[in-house]
Amino acid sequence: MRNEPYIMRDPTAETSPVMRERRPPPPDLSGRTVGLLSISKERSDEFLDTVASELSSRGITVARFRKPTHTKPAPEAVLQDIVEQCDVVVEGLAD
Amino acid sequence: MRIFAAPPIGEYKELSQEHFIAVVKRDCETCQLVEPVLAELQSGATLTVYSQDDPTFPESVRGVRDDTALERSWQLNIQTVPTLIRIDGDDEAARAEGWVRDEWQTVARRAGLGSELPAFQPGCGSRTADPGMPERLALRYGALQLKARAIEVADEQDPMEIAFERGWSDGLPIVPPTDLRVALMLSGTARKADEVIGLIPPNLVECTVEKAAINAVMAGCKPEYFPVVLGVIEAALRDEFSMHGLLCTLWFAGPVVIVNGPITRRIGMNSGGNALGQGNRANATIGRALQLLIRNVGGGVPGEIDRSVLGNPGKYTFCFAEDESDPDWMPLNVARGATPGSSSVTLFHGDGVQGIQAWSARDPEELCRALAASLWAVCHPKIAGWSGAILVLSPEHYLMYKQAGWQRADVEAGLKEALKRPGKDLVTGAHGIAEGIDPSRADEMVDKFNDGQLLVVRAGGRGGAISAVIGGWTAHRRPDDVQIVTQEIQL
Repeated sequence: MRNEPYIMRDPTAETSPVMRERRPPPPDLSGRTVGLLSISKERSDEFLDTVASELSSRGITVARFRKPTHTKPAPEAVLQDIVEQCDVVVEGLAD
Repeated sequence: MRIFAAPPIGEYKELSQEHFIAVVKRDCETCQLVEPVLAELQSGATLTVYSQDDPTFPESVRGVRDDTALERSWQLNIQTVPTLIRIDGDDEAARAEGWVRDEWQTVARRAGLGSELPAFQPGCGSRTADPGMPERLALRYGALQLKARAIEVADEQDPMEIAFERGWSDGLPIVPPTDLRVALMLSGTARKADEVIGLIPPNLVECTVEKAAINAVMAGCKPEYFPVVLGVIEAALRDEFSMHGLLCTLWFAGPVVIVNGPITRRIGMNSGGNALGQGNRANATIGRALQLLIRNVGGGVPGEIDRSVLGNPGKYTFCFAEDESDPDWMPLNVARGATPGSSSVTLFHGDGVQGIQAWSARDPEELCRALAASLWAVCHPKIAGWSGAILVLSPEHYLMYKQAGWQRADVEAGLKEALKRPGKDLVTGAHGIAEGIDPSRADEMVDKFNDGQLLVVRAGGRGGAISAVIGGWTAHRRPDDVQIVTQEIQL
């Protein structure tokens, strides 16, 4: 038995991450704007160009975005532009 | 090293006139020597004696106070016993340590005091200076107040199991971060516990020196390693290092730490035999401290934001020192711009270790060609400029260069030349392999590595003409975004 309480110090950030419910997907894309975010990896444009032409051919509005490098998080301004202009976003990877 | 100082005290108001305080312990021959002096001083002056180990000592002095808890000794910042202090009003006016007859006579303002004793006898260490005691006292009496959440472990619980359950571990046992261990770790730096070092990715949470200390304790560091740990964290947080991207990558890489300078010898790091392997506490725990910090403070956890396809064992820890025993060899940190003689950490985005056997080379040019042939394999033999590398040059290979009069710049230049390959062998489709460089480069001689992305580091033991490659991160193909960093260690 110990005489004093055994205390450890918390090594974490002590923040409880808020798990947000994912917003339900829209029932369809008619009249909505789809953002395509390139993360600037090789052939990312090739992939997103294909997605864009598929969407456009169905009459859906497409807006294109790009983060400067895939090695770092997207700048705040890019995220704000997407939030402001789009209803749905596709983030594009490729290699 | 940091000394936790007691706050100033003003507790003498009950005694308005001049008076004296002496601090002693029985387990000190000099304190026993001065016992008659203390008794003599008490006749005609107000003297309060505090005993650190036995309140029945000294028997011939009245009203000895029990200071076995060392509160008064700590408040008075006693370093040596006996200590005699003269107080005027609220303030300390004079102090004598050990037995120096002239000084005692000056402090006591009494000529002839102790005239029957020898003129001088050194004192003994105060119990407040015992190992670990300054930190215990700083915690006990409030000079150090830890801010991190306290987690109480019930009697029937195992602290190490609690750490696993809470997700604090990399998979190996951790050292439980108790208050005393954290305080001892903090004593390894002069920086304040609440100083913010930076924002730890991926969650970009503020990291204080205290949080770094907690994770360094868990990793198994000693307090004297802590300045290196802080330097490693500062390096990892530099924007050009791109710790966030390194953490998220599909690739194998994690931070590889190379330590240079006098601190490597002071804390006993290994740059010799098995330098890249197990068995040295400093090597093992400094690298681990960074990984635990990223996990615990930053929230970087495998399977979540850490998306590595395979990882590598170096993601537990990967840290070693460069062999600087030969003054002819320019240390890595100096080659990268650090002041000669300074201590630095260099952080590289690295994979595991690939061995090179090169026993047959007989001149330095041939050795460059033999080493280069293995370095071609980094990332993919047909890809150039995507991943940097560390070449860990063993003593036997270094000796061949040294005997030819080659220094660092010569070795680097020789390797660069040997690493050039005809583009026609590397282009997409060549040798039946689609992997490769752009076909437009078929007529070039192609460099394997971007400038500055091959680090040559000396380490290892004698006996084998073998060296090692540590491959780099594929994001080295973006040298504007992702850079190897060297950071001076604040001592």
